[in-house]
Amino acid sequence: MGIDLKTVKHISKLSRISVDDEKAKKLEADLNSIFSFIEKLNELNTEKIEPLTSIAETNLQLRKDEIKSSNIREQILKNSPEENKDFFVVPKVIE
Amino acid sequence: MSDIIDLTLVELVDKIKKKEISSKEVTAAYVDRSQKSKKLNTYVTEDFEIALKKADNFDKNPNYEKKLPGIPIAVKDLFCTKNLRTTAGSKILGNFIPTYESTVTENLWNAGSILLGKLNCDEFAMGSSNETSFFGNVQNPVGENLVPGGSSGGSASALAAKLTPTTIGTDTGGSIRQPASFTGTVGLKPTYGSCSRYGIVAFASSLDQAGPMTRDVKDCSLLFEVMSSYDRKDSTSVDFKRGNYLKELNNSIKGKKIGIPKEYRVEGMPKEIEDLWQKGINIIKEAGAEIVNISLPNTKYALPAYYIVAPAEASSNLARYDGVKYGFRSKGENLIDMYEKTRSEGFGNEVKRRIMIGTYVLSSGYYDAYYLKAQKVRKLIKNDFDEVYKKVDAILTPSTPSSAFKIGEKTNDPVSMYLNDIFTVPINLAGLPAISIPAGLDSKGYPLGLQIIGKAFEEQNILNIAYSIEKEINFKNKINDWWM
Amino acid sequence: MAKNQSEYLIKRNNNEYEVVIGLEVHAQVLSESKLFSSAPTKFGAEPNTQVSLVDAAFPGMLPVINEFCIKQAVKTGIGLNAKINKKSIFDRKNYFYADLPQGYQISQYKNPIVGEGSIVLDLTTGEKIVGIERLHLEQDAGKSIHDMDPQNTLVDLNRSGIALMEIVSKPDLRSLEEVNAYIKKLRSIMRYLGTCDGNMQEGSLRADVNVSVRKKGQKGFGTRCEIKNVNSIKFMQMAIDYEANRQVDVIEEGGTIDQETRLFDIKKNETRSMRSKEDAHDYRYFPDPDLLPLELSDKFINDLKKNIPELPDEKKKRFIEKFKLSPYEANILVSDIETSKYFEEVIEKSDVKLSTNWITGELFALLNEKNLEISQNPISAKNLSKLINLIKDGTISGKIAKSVFEIMADEGKDPQIIVEEKGLKQQSDPKEIEKLIDKVITDNPDKVKEYKSGKDKLFGFFVGQVMKVSGGKANPQLVNEILKKKLL
Repeated sequence: MGIDLKTVKHISKLSRISVDDEKAKKLEADLNSIFSFIEKLNELNTEKIEPLTSIAETNLQLRKDEIKSSNIREQILKNSPEENKDFFVVPKVIE
Repeated sequence: MSDIIDLTLVELVDKIKKKEISSKEVTAAYVDRSQKSKKLNTYVTEDFEIALKKADNFDKNPNYEKKLPGIPIAVKDLFCTKNLRTTAGSKILGNFIPTYESTVTENLWNAGSILLGKLNCDEFAMGSSNETSFFGNVQNPVGENLVPGGSSGGSASALAAKLTPTTIGTDTGGSIRQPASFTGTVGLKPTYGSCSRYGIVAFASSLDQAGPMTRDVKDCSLLFEVMSSYDRKDSTSVDFKRGNYLKELNNSIKGKKIGIPKEYRVEGMPKEIEDLWQKGINIIKEAGAEIVNISLPNTKYALPAYYIVAPAEASSNLARYDGVKYGFRSKGENLIDMYEKTRSEGFGNEVKRRIMIGTYVLSSGYYDAYYLKAQKVRKLIKNDFDEVYKKVDAILTPSTPSSAFKIGEKTNDPVSMYLNDIFTVPINLAGLPAISIPAGLDSKGYPLGLQIIGKAFEEQNILNIAYSIEKEINFKNKINDWWM
Repeated sequence: MAKNQSEYLIKRNNNEYEVVIGLEVHAQVLSESKLFSSAPTKFGAEPNTQVSLVDAAFPGMLPVINEFCIKQAVKTGIGLNAKINKKSIFDRKNYFYADLPQGYQISQYKNPIVGEGSIVLDLTTGEKIVGIERLHLEQDAGKSIHDMDPQNTLVDLNRSGIALMEIVSKPDLRSLEEVNAYIKKLRSIMRYLGTCDGNMQEGSLRADVNVSVRKKGQKGFGTRCEIKNVNSIKFMQMAIDYEANRQVDVIEEGGTIDQETRLFDIKKNETRSMRSKEDAHDYRYFPDPDLLPLELSDKFINDLKKNIPELPDEKKKRFIEKFKLSPYEANILVSDIETSKYFEEVIEKSDVKLSTNWITGELFALLNEKNLEISQNPISAKNLSKLINLIKDGTISGKIAKSVFEIMADEGKDPQIIVEEKGLKQQSDPKEIEKLIDKVITDNPDKVKEYKSGKDKLFGFFVGQVMKVSGGKANPQLVNEILKKKLL
């Protein structure tokens, strides 16, 4: 189960992290070494095992349908990289 | 002044309540020492001026009913602190100032304590040596150019160097216990769900847990009491009866059954660790507890499973760091370009590696083979513990397979770095509580820890066992303030 | 309830193609707060004023589920005769977009809260049952605004995190009429239940359309394309029509259909491939580790079942049986909950037949003309009821009633008051009518002679004259009776 350069480029696109060719090569090596370590799991037959769905020993807590958050626009936009008192601003999307 | 910094948390609280010392004196002592210790690089953000003011205010209007009255505390920079920069050790949050407080730190302040500043850590809690932080490496006070462990490296270092009387960290695969072992301090990773994750920068949601890092077990019990609460803002928070851990602390472990898992005896393990483990076993026997040999057959699959589950969850948790709403943003020609540049420049290499692994194991065609499989292995590991807990009350193992290594020694090989967590990771996968206490020094004079693992929600039990071993071992850290 | 054969076929070079349509409807849940946060959900607020820290995905923020939204989804499932799954799981759907602050949407993938169900469509040719594949809960995204700033896109997160029910139909639809009927019925059921207001203009009901074609009689389905961004039934139909024809053209020319997502361009009236065709989204679904599986008890589900109101199909049946309405009339009256409520209020005190006629006739004509919804109706149920009663008890004639109705539409007044003010009371005193008739007979001796000599048609003339001299107020029935006698 090897990871090739093409896969590295594909994953980096999916995770929105740009990699130049040099970095991609290093990643290829690193990821392959990590994956051969992970492959150890193939030794186990887990066909009949149920996966763990949650480690928390409790039930899903249900919240009452009440409004508890008032207008906090200032707080929400306070850390925004672009100055705008009403909106988040991002470069145009090409569609 | 030097006396103050030698007091444990419990002693400090006592002296403050008795009005023998003031919060201002304590805070000033710690600020002073912290300012002289920049070489260790434990602080990312200092809040000393405001801390001194708060201490002053406390003294003017003291409340001695509080559990941590006027106690200054520095915390891991993974906890969101209102109006004080919170970076998670990353460039991508390098300028982020939360407008809200995490529940765990809220609990600390409500108990009367005062924030000293934010402590360095591996970026997004990913690391075992505090060498992945954007804000530079942390030095282990135990010796020059030694790693303190990670990811709570800054916390462990500041604690051991006495730059803070006590501190808190987070543990996802060993990030409290491993640095505790490397620095000769005490670290508790509580049962999953006992401390709220609200306001903690998330790494791997099903594994992350906040916990106390302290000088001794008594301090640990007190701090855990304050930290642990049921929080409706965290859907994985568990509502159980939380005890008076300090009050109930006792070193009587007569009749208890302690398991020794054979699978933790790994090939090539240094003899010193084996010896320390044996020392612990003997102490327990002397104290009247019974030693039981047990087997946790799936132990060797824990680390590979962890390195599937944790990166997978992290790859999704870190998707929000996109330069849109907060944090670092790199200019881009269009949205996608902006994302790619921001995340490429904003994240360090280890974080990028883990995001990629995580993205890959969740991707189309691989989910069953990796993520689903890892979750099944997790079930097997949990089953192992459930089985042995029918026979024993707790389990004793070493905390780490080695003592602190040199800075730079393992940075070229990610896998060798991952092996640091071999004894701690299974516990996170199973959601159980475990505490690391210093057990002795190796031939180089570096600390090594012993780990006591307990049943879910039975922290009192492992605190008691740790307490009894601690008393016997009477460990003294040999730190000579070389950095000052 | 026979399955009707679709008449919607595309003919090309001696081949006939059937169009296979499936709809994925996104319905915003009516609730005070959002699915996983306590921020408000009202439409039309100032940008970014209904956003909580959780909605904006700040570090350390965690989802906490809204119990009421769960109930709304279950109720909708019950209204769709669907299987309610006692255990369901919330999964993260991972992708990057400016209005998706978390970088993932909390949705449900393999274990949705509601399973298979069905909807009955009311078509001109009869009823047709369409299958529902599933219903699941998920978060809505924020809004990206592309046209306010030439260089940038502006993002408003008010909508981010509002609860959506995604309702997926089976590919059972075969025509544009069926698509219309499906959306209308689905919308109606949810409005009856109060689980979604179905307001397509405000975006609380949106749909993605899946279209494929196959030669008539062919087994199996052709490759389908998904059309996004159609926010009205009319555009949906236009898009389907264009796309189906496009696909037929491709096949007829010997090509194959690429499975892809397309957008409908309302200006050019055509679908086109979305430019962002990045290896089809790999959403990397996995169970959200910040949440636990949702487990519903029998009691929870049964309590909701007990409180389900009468739904359109049931109500239609009851109207037909109890009130002897025709299916056509019943359909109109139950098509929207506001209409049925209105009808039921009117018939509390008024004759059913008259009420039916006036509502389906005059009232709907008025609403159509003024482009109003029944909820914006200027004539209250109470007042319409009064008007009908005035006709029934003979106070005014049907013809006069129409004038009163118009005045009511403009002024919203009580009909009794209008009748008083304008003196429109019907003249029903036989003695008075006799007087009027006598006058008309006296004034028109020639016509009387003609009528008596066999010109029966002139009867209408006399009636007309009597109505004229009475200012339209004479009771037509009485006029008829008495006039007949007088002209013998």
